[in-house]
Amino acid sequence: MAIECLVLGAGQEVGKSCVVVTINDKKIMFDCGMHMGYSDNRRYPDFSLISKSGDFNNSLTCIVVTHFHLDHIGALPYFTEVCGYNGPIYMTYPTKALAPLMLEDNRKVVDRRGEEEQFSSEQILECMKKVTAVDLKQTVQVDKDLQIRAYYAGHVLGAAMFYARVGDAAIVYTGDYNMTPDRHLGAAQIDRLQLDLVITESTYATTYRDSKYAREREFLKTVHKCVAGGGKVLIPTFALGRAQELCMLLDDYWEQMNLKVPIYFSAGLTLQANMYYKMLINWTSQKVKHTYATRNAFDFKHVCSFDRSLINAPGPCVLFATPGMISGGFSLEVFKQWAPYESNLITLPGYCVAGTIGHKLMSAKTPVRINIDKDTQIDVRCQIHQLSFSPHTDAKGILDLVKFLSPKNVILVHGEKPKIAKLKEKVQSELGIQCFDPANNETVSIPFTTHYEKVGASDALLRSTLSPNLKFLRKCSEQGSDFSDLDARTKPGLQVFDDRMAEGILMVQRNQKTKALHQDELMAMLGVESHEIKFANCCPVDIANSDTRNAFLSQPTVDKSFWLHLLFEKLSSKFPETSIQDCGEHLQIESFYVSVCTKEMCPHRTASLQCMPETVYFCCTWTIADEKLAWEIISVIKNLLLKEE
Amino acid sequence: MEFTCLSEGRGFYFPPCHILDICGFRVLLDCPMDLSSLTMFMPVPTDSFTMCNGEITSRSCQRSMDLDSNENKRRKINKPFDESSLIRAEPRYKIIKNLLLWDVSSIDVVLISSPMGILGLPFLTCNKDFSAKVYATEAAARFGQLMMEDLVTMHKEFRQVYGSEGSVSPQWMKWEELELLPSELKEIALGKDGSELAGWMSLYSAADVKDCMQKIQSLKYAEEVFYNGTLIIKAFASGLEIGTCNWSIICPKGSIAYLSSSVLTSATAMCFDYTSLQRNDVIIYADFTPCHASNKSSDDNNGPSTADPNLSVGNVDWEAIADDYQEMEKLDFICSCSMDSIKAGGSVLIPVGRIGMVLQLLERIALCLESQNLTFPIFIVSSVAEELMAYTNVIPEWLNKQRQDRLYSGQQLFNHLKLLNDKRLQLFPAIHSLKLLTNWKEPCIVFCPHWSLRLGPVVHLLRRWCRDENSILVMEEGVDSNLALLPFRPMKMKVLQCSFLSGMELQFSQHLLKTLQPRHVLFPEKLRQHVDLPKNLFSSSYYSEDETLNVPNLEENSELDIAVDLALQLHYTTLKQENIRVARLKGELALEQGKYRLLLRNDQVVSSQVRSAVHLGRIELDVLLTELRKNGLNITVEEIMSADGLHKTSLVHVLEPQKATIEITKAQTLICTANNDLACQISEVVSSLLDCI
Repeated sequence: MAIECLVLGAGQEVGKSCVVVTINDKKIMFDCGMHMGYSDNRRYPDFSLISKSGDFNNSLTCIVVTHFHLDHIGALPYFTEVCGYNGPIYMTYPTKALAPLMLEDNRKVVDRRGEEEQFSSEQILECMKKVTAVDLKQTVQVDKDLQIRAYYAGHVLGAAMFYARVGDAAIVYTGDYNMTPDRHLGAAQIDRLQLDLVITESTYATTYRDSKYAREREFLKTVHKCVAGGGKVLIPTFALGRAQELCMLLDDYWEQMNLKVPIYFSAGLTLQANMYYKMLINWTSQKVKHTYATRNAFDFKHVCSFDRSLINAPGPCVLFATPGMISGGFSLEVFKQWAPYESNLITLPGYCVAGTIGHKLMSAKTPVRINIDKDTQIDVRCQIHQLSFSPHTDAKGILDLVKFLSPKNVILVHGEKPKIAKLKEKVQSELGIQCFDPANNETVSIPFTTHYEKVGASDALLRSTLSPNLKFLRKCSEQGSDFSDLDARTKPGLQVFDDRMAEGILMVQRNQKTKALHQDELMAMLGVESHEIKFANCCPVDIANSDTRNAFLSQPTVDKSFWLHLLFEKLSSKFPETSIQDCGEHLQIESFYVSVCTKEMCPHRTASLQCMPETVYFCCTWTIADEKLAWEIISVIKNLLLKEE
Repeated sequence: MEFTCLSEGRGFYFPPCHILDICGFRVLLDCPMDLSSLTMFMPVPTDSFTMCNGEITSRSCQRSMDLDSNENKRRKINKPFDESSLIRAEPRYKIIKNLLLWDVSSIDVVLISSPMGILGLPFLTCNKDFSAKVYATEAAARFGQLMMEDLVTMHKEFRQVYGSEGSVSPQWMKWEELELLPSELKEIALGKDGSELAGWMSLYSAADVKDCMQKIQSLKYAEEVFYNGTLIIKAFASGLEIGTCNWSIICPKGSIAYLSSSVLTSATAMCFDYTSLQRNDVIIYADFTPCHASNKSSDDNNGPSTADPNLSVGNVDWEAIADDYQEMEKLDFICSCSMDSIKAGGSVLIPVGRIGMVLQLLERIALCLESQNLTFPIFIVSSVAEELMAYTNVIPEWLNKQRQDRLYSGQQLFNHLKLLNDKRLQLFPAIHSLKLLTNWKEPCIVFCPHWSLRLGPVVHLLRRWCRDENSILVMEEGVDSNLALLPFRPMKMKVLQCSFLSGMELQFSQHLLKTLQPRHVLFPEKLRQHVDLPKNLFSSSYYSEDETLNVPNLEENSELDIAVDLALQLHYTTLKQENIRVARLKGELALEQGKYRLLLRNDQVVSSQVRSAVHLGRIELDVLLTELRKNGLNITVEEIMSADGLHKTSLVHVLEPQKATIEITKAQTLICTANNDLACQISEVVSSLLDCI
């Protein structure tokens, strides 16, 4: 038995996340993303590895999508509408609501670039109809054996980590997540689960970040300085996620500083997105969530929509425009107009794909001349500010999560190869957890053996285990030695254990379910009683010529307790590991009892029943369980008066 | 497992209440209160309706002569039954008296199925002995909280009039006063057998409500929670209202589903999720709807009885039963009546307490107005109106498919935000708020609490409009309209009393139970004669109020998972009889996620040694002797009777090779010898005659 993970995307890279996990005949595809950096067949995961014949409906049990970013959902309409997958698809409510916007936006960009269209608007809608929306923590029974559950992941609105369980085998696929709350989203949250495998993202596998607060202040100050100087600020963003976060930041700041400079949203798209955010406010952070009744935090006070005619209007302003990496569209149009002026400001997102204007600007130093296309060049003189906050967790967060979940195995995906390798080292060395970093199209097979045998357990058995079973251990070793040292304080004389073990009988009967019973129940059922096998021996020790005896002979009080105490000390040194209890009248070691026999006629004496003078009798009894120990003790008793070498 | 029905409830606003003892835990199912008994009290006095008793009494005396049909009955009590009979005091609130008989501290878990089921909870949580864990769905908890806060606010009006009553019990609760009550009120106050007087409580405070809410753990639908590691508790949509649910409880000994009033398809709420309740061992059927629906008589002027309530239910394809459709017809009827009134210059007063119904009516009436180009305003007067309107637009996860589709297509979940923006709908926190005074316009359509017609804005508006024959009051069936309207007589205002869907039809429930495939069903005794539960599919028992039922049929054994590494170490022996194999089982018992698990323990610190061997059976002396002799022992036998002659002890003396005695009684064999090897040899012989595990 094994859990098999076929990594179709985001193996040792970022982009087209897609992992197919097989647990006990159940095949789950986690994410179905596209690669933004390619426009050929490398753009989508190689689905043929799932099924050569292309019969995906029978080979896949379900698809789970973690969030609406294109590198996690971009290939979904292609897979359902072109490849013909018709089975169940699960994602959270916000992802289902917002994914079509992202997909449609991307389709338009592709369209504009004049590339071949992979799927149409209608196909996006058809695809989304097949999606079942789930709520956080809702336990979804996909079929009789497969259970999935979403946990809050932060990152973007509606992002979720998914837990999947088949029988006793369970895994978590994290998708992208953030371990610290940001302006509008909370931190990732998950239960402590028993897991065989965690598949985690590792975008920032080697980065450790300080507080986000300082970087936010820096951004606000830069923007404020620019508008105060009469400049225009261009913030290219994608419609969803970052736009809302920055907007919230600015809106609050404007309110605090009492600024009147207008903030614009370029397209209808972004304003419409705000509407979704308002309805889905329950998926934001605890703080933002509570604003729904008074003033929904996504009702921005200072934000209004932008009109093309305002591009060259005088006076300062802040403008949000799509797309994020200035790869075309409206943000490029505005960029061309604003970039040549020193007073203006362009902010860039933390990550830009190679080939975009955004990417060129990231490495450039102003003033600089940039080629927009073959015929157009632009002198960029404006200021450039790069945003340095990202909704991904850093390395500490990844390690924290893995440590918290303590799975048996970890697979790292969604990160650059050298960084992933370093993190893998860390997971193995620091946490001692088996860790893999497969490349695309590789399969990791994880052996899985945690099985349970199912039996019925009786009430009596369960009840018997509930009562505490206290055991007292007296540490005897200190007895003779000096008490003054630290040892005595650190090791108390008496230790109490609650040794609550379940002890019972497993009964296997033909044609009946195996049952676990209490011993008494079994006896009652079989109509038999227990029969104890015990041993007894009244062991004589001749003390006639003993030094010890002679030394004490003068004292009349030499009595039973003296001999018993002598034996106690002897046994303590002989069996340091065993617990010996001194009960005054007798000593007890497990089931072995020994007392000094003063009877005239003891039935347990075999040599001679008569009491011999000058002899001390140690009367011993024990059960068959301690047979071996008992004879060892008896040999100690016999040699009680022999001097140690 | 034991089940006690504390109250069968009375319809939508007063759901049933039960206690379930399961796996050693006590679960309270819902904690409602009976708000319909508020009708026993006089509504809050206002300026136009002065408290001048004498005047009102004399006026209403005359009026009562021509009012009532069953005059004779009332004659028995010297006073006529009219407005003056109502109790003029700060109202008390009636909780379930049977609940008072239980020790609060003995309750481990409270499960709340609906916002109505939460209303009595602060009475429990303010008890310092209350230590139970309360579970409710997020939406039910929120709506419940809003209802309670609104109730507390509305009740303040009484406090202002009557002053604070203090801790002494009020005048009306004295026996001599109660004796004088007309029989109608007496039954409300005392119950049929006079036992319900104990249930009257003075209302909790806002602080109590806050405190209560903090004790609730809110859940999503189908979220798994583990109580004490033993019970797995899950809520599934029941379709009755937004956030209402049925419960599934799984313990190591089996599973139970609690089926509250459920509606197959709702126009607002997430639909009844019955598939998730399939294959539970026991189903507690607690939908009493048919009991309350029998009261079909309506004293409305032009009631919606036109909408045939029995239109539905063919016994094929019950998935498609269109109770949805009927509900639409009712709403349309209410809308058209409202339009008629408002066009005639009257106002429309809708004191309906069902949130889903209010939201739907709001949309439909706005639509009607719009389609007829009417611009009459719609008002909602409630201290929690604003919160309610905002909240209902941010909970797509709790709504039905059609509403969720609105989210996906970028529309608001409900139209009321748009209505608010267009100022066609206005929200006022109270009847005396400044905003209301400046914006009030008549005729208008008003939604406001409270359906009992004793509390809140409805009292003031009803007094204002009760003489206006063009105005209309929309009431729910199930409220005793005679009693409810008593303080407002003579009513010239039209009254539209209609029943909304509050649960399952019996025919449907029969189909449902077959689909759910339980092994046992607990069914209300009251509904017994109306249904024919299939005996071949599952067994059933019937329960009535105040009766404890033993629930059979849960597994005799709990499920136990034995870890494989432990199982592999087991040492089996075959017993001498009955071909049974047994093994001594030892491990650490863990209770994980509702499952017992026996694990191999790593630290064998204390029990270093494997405790072996219990011997079962009895030693037959003859056999033993034969066996000993076979082993070459030279033995003699001696038998000793105990003093009372009941117990026999056999003594076997071994003479060779060494000396030994074997003392054999029924329960024990004692081997006395000083020789290790001989002892070992004898014990082996003895062991071989017994079963050793």
